[in-house]
Amino acid sequence: MTFRDIAPIVVLIALIAFVPAFITANTVLNFLVFTLIIALAAQGWNILGGFGGQFSFGHAAFFGTGAYAAALLQVRLGINPWVAFAIGTVVGAAVGWVIGYLSFRSGLRGSYFALVTLAFAEVLRILANAATFTGGAAGVLIKLDVRPGNFQFESRGAFFWIALALVGAVLLLTRWIERSRFGAQLVAVRENEAAAKALGVDTLRVKLGAITVSGAVTAAAGGLYAQYFLYVDANIAYGTWISVEVILAPIVGGLGTVFGPLVGAVALHGLGEITKLAAGSVPGIDLMVFGGLLVAAVAFAPAGILGLMRRSARSRGAARHA
Amino acid sequence: MLEVQNATKRFGGLVAVNQASLKVEAGSITGLIGPNGAGKTTLFTLISGFEKPSEGRVLFEGEDISRDEPHVRARRGIARTFQIVQPFAGLSVLENIAVGAHLRHAKRSDALASAERVGQRVGLGPELDKSASSLTVAGRKRLELARALATEPKLLLLDEVLAGLNPSEIRDIIPVIRAIRDEGVTILMIEHVMQAVMSLCEQVYVLAQGRIIAEGPPADVCDDPKVIEAYLGAGAAERLKREKVHA
Ligand SMILES: Nc1ncnc2c1ncn2[C@@H]1O[C@H](COP(=O)(O)OP(=O)(O)OP(=O)(O)O)[C@@H](O)[C@H]1O
Ligand SMILES: [Mg+2]
Repeated sequence: MTFRDIAPIVVLIALIAFVPAFITANTVLNFLVFTLIIALAAQGWNILGGFGGQFSFGHAAFFGTGAYAAALLQVRLGINPWVAFAIGTVVGAAVGWVIGYLSFRSGLRGSYFALVTLAFAEVLRILANAATFTGGAAGVLIKLDVRPGNFQFESRGAFFWIALALVGAVLLLTRWIERSRFGAQLVAVRENEAAAKALGVDTLRVKLGAITVSGAVTAAAGGLYAQYFLYVDANIAYGTWISVEVILAPIVGGLGTVFGPLVGAVALHGLGEITKLAAGSVPGIDLMVFGGLLVAAVAFAPAGILGLMRRSARSRGAARHA
Repeated sequence: MLEVQNATKRFGGLVAVNQASLKVEAGSITGLIGPNGAGKTTLFTLISGFEKPSEGRVLFEGEDISRDEPHVRARRGIARTFQIVQPFAGLSVLENIAVGAHLRHAKRSDALASAERVGQRVGLGPELDKSASSLTVAGRKRLELARALATEPKLLLLDEVLAGLNPSEIRDIIPVIRAIRDEGVTILMIEHVMQAVMSLCEQVYVLAQGRIIAEGPPADVCDDPKVIEAYLGAGAAERLKREKVHA
């Protein structure tokens, strides 16, 4: 990676880091932290789905695993929450590898792969909802004990910065992927698997690598979620809502791009929040906005918001030359 | 360099390749010809590993590679092009070629530099930054060739890279193929354009209904009555000979 690859990411993250200095309203910070967590989870999905073309409908499997691991390891086993968070991320990677091995090795792709991932997530949701170790339908409550060493903070700003740092780290990771051999091979698999094989790409290994990293990143988002809200249950952690969120954000922002998931998550939730404010508490109004944005993205901006911006920049440039 | 021994490939009841054997000498350009549906492409899939033979073996540099996956064979030095071109449509021409170059170059900058050299060589220089999906038929064929070449193969399998090109495009690309061989790459090519087979190949195998029915230098093979009948139907060789006598 060159300086020019890294600089925009560092500058953007540094700028966003100043937000808590100006905004101190808890409701707004809550919204921003939540949006960053969604962005992080979506970044995970984008590595596999956007770059690798393997559309998972079950990324809740990773989000939930990260969330439950973070919560259960500290509540049931007394492990330090920071360590629990890290372990949760690793377990998410492992779950990714296992799901990938089972589905990619048997040659599943396209809608079959999507359905199988959805099934995995649903099975995990039902198990988590039933088992006593996971607290069953009542879920797990993390005891309030505000200490930085305990991954709990007085100010919401601290949490904002941690979420932002993770998003920034994954932006850099994604940029590295984009500029690496692994990334070139991953995109080749997305574009044409037979051609990739003919050129010496071990497509199974590449896809396994992608789903492992993808699982880790989305699990980290889940762990962060558990730590922020101090509560996890099966319908939150393994719910279909998060599987859908992580697909929508990259599609709206720009599939297979570094900034797409972040831009999409901010656009979706920003607009959702604004309409909620404007229209009052009409139930489901934010979901309608999501639906509208998705339809608009698919119909008018198949390359997402970023693709739209690039296109208009190019046509403006062309107009100047003419 | 390459040896196919009694390879058979069945698709259900259909025998696409039937007890076919052939040898490709290192440094040669060998041709594989035959009527439509003869099994030529299927034989290529057996050599490149996309299908496994029902019977028989494929040897490369003396080793049995019949069970190796396609990417392993690519690493060993076998590259193929696709008769039905398979570009990475969403990528630029240069990025397409770079995927091939990455096989031997881990670093992105090295792969891109190597891809650019290969692209120039096959005449895609002006097209490198364009989207692969914007290429003409001739451009796409060149792209297939460039990508395969970028893997720095020892053996290059070309499946009708001249099909769909006009005579002047064919005239342009023949020297490119010859130059690739002169740099030490062995070539096995499927080709319908006989002018190219005649001018490029030292040795030709003829496949008809899955069987190798003739082999030898191109001029001899074209006079072989078995070959003429395979293309033109039973009795054709007789008829042609009679017409020649009358003329
Ligand atoms: N995957 C497959 N499944 C079933 N049948 C197949 C498959 N691939 C090829 N065949 C059949 O095998 C036979 C040989 O096909 P192949 O493509 O090898 O011929 P070819 O010599 O390359 O012909 P052409 O000159 O038209 O390219 C054909 O009858 C074809 O329909
Ligand atoms: Mg063919």
